[in-house]
Amino acid sequence: MNKKVHVQAIINGEDVEFLCEPRQSLLEVLRETLGLTGAKEGCNNGNCGACNVILDGKLVNSCLVLAVEIHGHNVTTIEGVATPHGLHPLQKEFLAHAALQCGFCTPGFIVASKALLDQNSNPSESEVREWLAGNLCRCTGYDRIVRAVMDAAQVQEKTL
Amino acid sequence: MHVIDYVSAGSVQEVVGLLTSKNEKARVLSGGTDLLVQLRENRRKAELLIDLKNIPELTSIHYDPQIGLWIGAAASCSEICRNKSVLELYPGLVDAIRLIGGVQIQSRASIGGNLCNASPAADSIPALIVHNAKCLIVNNNGTHEVRVERFCVAPGRNVLQDGEFLLAIVVPVIPKNYGAHYLRFIPRNEMDIAVVGAGASVTLDPKKEKILSARIALGAVAPTPLFVEEAGLFLVGKEITQENIREAAAIAQAAASPISDLRGTAEHRRHLCAVLTKRALERAIERARTA
Repeated sequence: MNKKVHVQAIINGEDVEFLCEPRQSLLEVLRETLGLTGAKEGCNNGNCGACNVILDGKLVNSCLVLAVEIHGHNVTTIEGVATPHGLHPLQKEFLAHAALQCGFCTPGFIVASKALLDQNSNPSESEVREWLAGNLCRCTGYDRIVRAVMDAAQVQEKTL
Repeated sequence: MHVIDYVSAGSVQEVVGLLTSKNEKARVLSGGTDLLVQLRENRRKAELLIDLKNIPELTSIHYDPQIGLWIGAAASCSEICRNKSVLELYPGLVDAIRLIGGVQIQSRASIGGNLCNASPAADSIPALIVHNAKCLIVNNNGTHEVRVERFCVAPGRNVLQDGEFLLAIVVPVIPKNYGAHYLRFIPRNEMDIAVVGAGASVTLDPKKEKILSARIALGAVAPTPLFVEEAGLFLVGKEITQENIREAAAIAQAAASPISDLRGTAEHRRHLCAVLTKRALERAIERARTA
């Protein structure tokens, strides 16, 4: 039996405690211990972005963070993007634009796009494309995703 | 992945103590963007990971007009690239650091890690070399310095001995009339590894007509990032002319010993050495002129 470590963190605004092995990634613990299966395991080496979460306001690949490293920190996953009042503008625009086909990459794209809009409420198309370079989608060809993010930015601007 | 334990160290002394008692079984962890992948693929082994990110000296980025720029070895690329002193005084470093991975990697990856990983294609290393940067290394006996161009010894290997770790990178105060630039060739627009990278820095005379000193370094064309001292020395005292820039680029090209691999052929890389060195020099000179 490998040693387990006690970790306390804030995940999607809630205090969370769990036990994990030091070798386990945040992605593994989110999915298999905490039941938060929105973040996906694509490459498990930091190339695809399907496992993206926001850690203390910064976009990270949860496959490249150890679960023990989040002790005392704040994590937002795709499950924390919508509010009880409804979907986030990004989620609505991804639906409106049909900015997905198989959907496997979508949680990562939405979390990554949220991290962008949180710090740049009116990005240019090239800023969106550069920001999303760490997220891979093999279905859409990216255009619909980029348009959805641009429109979500406009919607968000109006409602603020 | 075979890691048995993790410690978030609170001080430099604690890290030295752990490294000394655990020998080669312990490894320091910064962003983990290379290390965790290598551990998972059994390319490196560790029984204890010592997290450096909660030690203030390791994550601080601080400019002192006497000493220069202190970059803690575990400071993330995104923190470095939003530091006002770095943006204002070291745009040639920002050129390189901004190229490492995408946003997600930038949030975690450190240039200390980029150095320690010792990839021949590491983007930050040629840029640090042309800025005359030094590595501060800690062990049981204290701290010592190694110039960045001597830090990497082979692909994936650096000068660090058992019980040692990289504390910080110190970039000297930039002289007057100075400019630097780093660029690379990749087949896509971003999120890629350099086929060839080139860095250059120049210091011009007060009239900005002659070159007082220059440094040139290349990436991905030798077993380690390559400092081409003779290319910079050639330019000392020379007028800024296309001919002199081309000659310096030719010297850099001649120093390269590239291989063919999945990213490019040796021939293509050799060609790129001259093209990229010339462009790096031109941009560095432009920056020095407008400095």
